Amino acid sequence: MTALLDVQAMQKAYGAIRAVDGVSFSVASGEILGVIGPNGSGKTTLFNAILGQVLPSAGSVAFEGHDVTGSKPLHLARRGIGRTFQSLQVFGKLSVRDNLIAAGQEFGTGKFARLFAAPEAGLGPRAEEIIALFRIGHVAHLPAGSLSYGQQKLVDIAMAFMSRPRLVLLDEPCAGVNPALIDQLTELLRRLNREAGTTFIVIEHNMDFVMNLCSRVICMAQGRILAEGPPAEVQANRAVLEAYLGA
Amino acid sequence: MMRFLLIAAAVIAIYFLPAGLKNYGIYIVTLWSVYVIAGMGLNLTVGYAGQISLGQAAFWGIGAYTTAIALKAGLPFLAALPLAALLCFGVGLLLGFPALRVQHHYLAFATLGFNILVYLVLRNEDWLTGGSFGINNIAEPTLLGWRISRPLDFFQFTWIATVAMGVLMALLLRSPWGRAFAALRDNPIRAESVGIDTTFYTLLAFAIGAAYAGVAGAFFACLVGFIEPAPFGVNTSLSMLLMVIAGGSGRFFGPAIGAMIVVLIPEWLRFAAEWYLAIFGVMIVVMMVWLPGGILSLPERLRGAK
Ligand SMILES: Nc1ncnc2c1ncn2[C@@H]1O[C@H](COP(=O)(O)OP(=O)(O)O)[C@@H](O)[C@H]1O
Ligand SMILES: [Mg+2]
Repeated sequence: MTALLDVQAMQKAYGAIRAVDGVSFSVASGEILGVIGPNGSGKTTLFNAILGQVLPSAGSVAFEGHDVTGSKPLHLARRGIGRTFQSLQVFGKLSVRDNLIAAGQEFGTGKFARLFAAPEAGLGPRAEEIIALFRIGHVAHLPAGSLSYGQQKLVDIAMAFMSRPRLVLLDEPCAGVNPALIDQLTELLRRLNREAGTTFIVIEHNMDFVMNLCSRVICMAQGRILAEGPPAEVQANRAVLEAYLGA
Repeated sequence: MMRFLLIAAAVIAIYFLPAGLKNYGIYIVTLWSVYVIAGMGLNLTVGYAGQISLGQAAFWGIGAYTTAIALKAGLPFLAALPLAALLCFGVGLLLGFPALRVQHHYLAFATLGFNILVYLVLRNEDWLTGGSFGINNIAEPTLLGWRISRPLDFFQFTWIATVAMGVLMALLLRSPWGRAFAALRDNPIRAESVGIDTTFYTLLAFAIGAAYAGVAGAFFACLVGFIEPAPFGVNTSLSMLLMVIAGGSGRFFGPAIGAMIVVLIPEWLRFAAEWYLAIFGVMIVVMMVWLPGGILSLPERLRGAK
């Protein structure tokens, strides 16, 4: 069976800094892969290089067997890859509901058909489903930019699911989110994984979250993969402990 | 529903109101209506899609000259009008390309440069545009054989077109395209990551905004009957941008309010003679500082202050 996502010898240099320095891994369909590592170890850059946000210096990315190295974020989204960013990225002036519809409306029909489509492009029910799932009904009509940080984070994550992507990359979904919400998020992602079969790659510092959720973990340090394996094993790895302490 | 009735009442009132005005008054109100059309287009580009343009008057000019030339060539107004709109749409699409590469003040200067370019073409290409003498004796528009020559009739014709363009704009903004424009404005990087083709929507935001200016230009040509390059310079583009921002950028009725400020206040300030520009300038400074969201943000500001 081919992997859902296959990354080979990925490199990204910024001048003399090798932010990502030869990373290879693959993710099977249905997996939840965790990516940990100290700040500055290249996790976000790895995501950005996979997702076309930055052009890789070397290496390749294949999604569902297609070479998508250097593809634009737009095309990767259309292919079925969703993502969230480390910093909040919502459409601040649009309502939460419109944020969700905006995140789903560009899939399927052609652009010119959309000009004449109903205002909600038939996505009302899907938006309601996601709103209920993420329990953001009480703020659905408010401008996303007016919500608390934690709520915006939920909206941000919810947006990534509107188009029923097969793979979602999450960059520090728990950062700045209160513990109760983190539990809710863990539960949600598990459910989306189990019921919709969505595959995840999650960058996260919160070890409880990673332990609870991930089936496999990669630890990065200085742009390279330091350790890879089941969460408990990676957590106990000497080199990993040293990387964290040394950082 | 209440809102709809209010709007309908305002539309009808404005239709009949100028009946009591002298010709000059009717001229001013018609000019306001023309500015509203151009302003709606610019509001789409700037207020809804988050771009910046200091070139709207160039499209206004392209629309006006296209119409004047087409009418001289014997085309009816109803053929000249879509021609003006289409030409502006095409050129607007081209102006969108710099916006794919640069933003903010760089884009402001790119569009400003475009405006200067168009101005120079209007002034120097005598064979087409009449150069600095311009084009005079522009025919009054005829609709199905009826010649619209009374100022009041022409105003009402312009107003109906303004309302029609407004309805089209409202439909556009309510469609998924309107949401895509807003997403592009609020966060282009996020927009791309959820499959929104920001290249396409950026180009369209310029093209549609330009087409509105083209329509406005067609009416302007017939309103004044004589066009020369002067009204289509960078000054007017600045006024149009001011209009959008002063009214409330990204608010549907912003341009209507903004056009009042740009067209009517200078008239009211005539008593101040040479001081009028100074007074106008101070008003703008005060407003930009205290009410950056424009006049239409005033109710929210007052509510927020309680
Ligand atoms: N745009 C950039 N320009 C220059 N250096 C960058 C850029 N983005 C990231 N880096 C550098 O790359 C390294 C990895 O950063 P990052 O991928 O954000 O790490 P992490 O997400 O693991 O904290 C850091 O040293 C950072 O300073
Ligand atoms: Mg990071």
